[in-house]
Amino acid sequence: MEETVQTFTISIYTENNIGLLNRISAIFQRRHINVESLNTSISEIEGVSRFTIVVNLTEARIKKIVGQIEKQVEVIKAYYHTDDETIYQESCMFKLRSDLLFEEREIQNIIKDSNTRIVTVNKEFFVLEKSGRRHEIDQLYHDFSAYGIMQFVRSGRIAVTKEEMKISQMLAAFN
Amino acid sequence: MNTETIKSNKKATAETVRISGSEAIIKCLLAEGVEVLYGYPGGAIMPVYDELFKYQDQIHHVLTRHEQGAAHAAQGYARISGKVGVAMATSGPGATNLITGIADAQIDSTPVVCITGQVASHLLGSDAFQETDIVGISTPVTKWNVQITKAADIPATIAKAFYIAKSGRPGPVLIDVTKDAQFEEFDFKYEKCQSVRSYKPVPETDLKAVAEAAQLINAAKKPMIVWGQGVILGKAEAELKAVIEKAGIPSAWTILGASAVPTSHPLNVGMVGMHGNYAPNILTNECDVLIAIGMRFDDRVTGNLATYAKQAKVVHFEIDPAEIDKNVKTDIAVLGNAKSSLTALLPLLEDRNHDKWHQEFKDLHAVEFEKVIKKDLHPEKEGLTMGEVLNQINVQSGGDAAIVSDVGQHQMIACRYAQFNITKSNITSGGLGTMGFALPAAIGAKMAAPERDVVAIIGDGGFQMNIQELGTIFQQQVPVKIVVLNNEFLGMVRQWQQLFFDKRYASTEMTNPDFVTIAKGYHIEAKRVSKREELADAVAEMMACKGAYFLEVCVEKEDNVFPMIPTGASVSDVRLS
Repeated sequence: MEETVQTFTISIYTENNIGLLNRISAIFQRRHINVESLNTSISEIEGVSRFTIVVNLTEARIKKIVGQIEKQVEVIKAYYHTDDETIYQESCMFKLRSDLLFEEREIQNIIKDSNTRIVTVNKEFFVLEKSGRRHEIDQLYHDFSAYGIMQFVRSGRIAVTKEEMKISQMLAAFN
Repeated sequence: MNTETIKSNKKATAETVRISGSEAIIKCLLAEGVEVLYGYPGGAIMPVYDELFKYQDQIHHVLTRHEQGAAHAAQGYARISGKVGVAMATSGPGATNLITGIADAQIDSTPVVCITGQVASHLLGSDAFQETDIVGISTPVTKWNVQITKAADIPATIAKAFYIAKSGRPGPVLIDVTKDAQFEEFDFKYEKCQSVRSYKPVPETDLKAVAEAAQLINAAKKPMIVWGQGVILGKAEAELKAVIEKAGIPSAWTILGASAVPTSHPLNVGMVGMHGNYAPNILTNECDVLIAIGMRFDDRVTGNLATYAKQAKVVHFEIDPAEIDKNVKTDIAVLGNAKSSLTALLPLLEDRNHDKWHQEFKDLHAVEFEKVIKKDLHPEKEGLTMGEVLNQINVQSGGDAAIVSDVGQHQMIACRYAQFNITKSNITSGGLGTMGFALPAAIGAKMAAPERDVVAIIGDGGFQMNIQELGTIFQQQVPVKIVVLNNEFLGMVRQWQQLFFDKRYASTEMTNPDFVTIAKGYHIEAKRVSKREELADAVAEMMACKGAYFLEVCVEKEDNVFPMIPTGASVSDVRLS
């Protein structure tokens, strides 16, 4: 099990520090580990940032990486989880030609069936947004490709874990 | 840029005093107990140097001849004293010249604080004169680094820097201070840093793990200890000695662990690793319990991991959780500071001796003595060996000298043969293997421990990498003893070329200058010897000299260092010739 490559989501709680992104990304770069996606945001705790990083690695390897991440002075705590242990989503946006919306009936069906949201419509283009799993977004991409996509963008994964992460208690113990 | 200090009324309150950022830097250093720092001035750090001038009766700034020298001197200072070494440089090239020393301190866990000047904050990112992104550059080689753009951030940041540099597993910290922050005035107040909420420097010792470790050690038939620098950094020398003696365990050391237990201790069985001793390398693959204390299973220690101590249960005492299972899978990990972990372990250990097992070490040592050591220390051939020079230094210092070695053959010889009675006496660049380390590091070491004899052992290659620091030795009158073992080769590379590249000596032969004349040019007493009958007297003269002394010893050109574990081979495949 330790030697099978699988997808892991790394969640890192950190101080809000300018250089930290550089410090964390260097850990991956130095070991030639491809980062599938990376997202930073605030967390549930005021003043604490949260990194969500997705990588494909063996468990033996991810353990060491998380150890190196946690070693950084401004990292409060780092965790890794398998897909089964998290609830995760990605988000994406499509910019498409407006005439498609009116002329291609199938487009409207795709939008309805996939629960894709229309963000804006104007004379030249319309913008769709969809949050979901990677395969749903890939399917949409495939479906719209046939009509020509003006622009496409997908976010990094964001994830919450099923189990509790005891950051608040850790910080409370410090204060 | 505006170089005018904004004048203000010095309205000192009871707790604060209104001063400039640059004066604050000096006051912070004084508050941290810094007595000496090493550096080199330049445009972006000039306000701080102006304050150093004013405070020169309280803090001694040593002008090195190159910023790399300043970084290594700070390292030498830290390594011999256990205190934080401080280096200072200007922006741009000044800062980048520190990098090798910082990287060295990072991999060898040396507490160093580097302060660099930076262009004014409004110029950041504009490719200003001598602007470089030193925070970006130094990120992968620092334990922590930060840029200060406001004077008000100086006290808390410097306090945090010292705390981080010296706590837990120590390491280098870099603080980059923009020039406007140096000029800016603010209400200064200093408080030492006691903690950082995201940083837990020392994991608590898990007493359950200690008990499990004790059980394993007590049941062992062939236990072996390998200790590293964690013992020295954790001030656990006495605890280690007590553990070794009570449990009767043959104990070996890594290059950075040298001197934590005296060389002459009966259970000290020598150095492990690529050029370590024969017995501990071979028997690593025969012990039943391997007890690693404050070491990190570096590749130069383990050789091929696939064949390293596979038969043994491994107990790892370690302060840094990231080191557990990093290279060698452990059976029992005891996290924590070496001192507290070993203190907890000691009462749980049963009194033992492992005489029969210890005899195996002695037997293999006898083989190594016959095939290697005897020829190194008491050669019968004409040319001088590096080993006999070390032997003379041992004889004449009685093992009380601190040995600062550079990198290469002479370093391996120094670490193998130097006698150490006192801890923190083996100062060398272990992890990074930085040629040019020893001369400046010896300056720092001697200044931190003026009562000690500090002998730098350097090859003719490494000597020329920071030879300019002879100028620092002269100007500061630092009474270090410098021994250059001159074989007119980059000896270690040449040895590899001989063994693995069919003697194709690509760019390893050196046509050297007259080192003695150079040393004399710096008004340093100097001598060259090339004959055995001159050696003892020359070493005696050096050791007796009150001031700095330079001794060049012309040694055999093509001697090799053995034992040797070729790269990728197993520790048990250690070669004697």
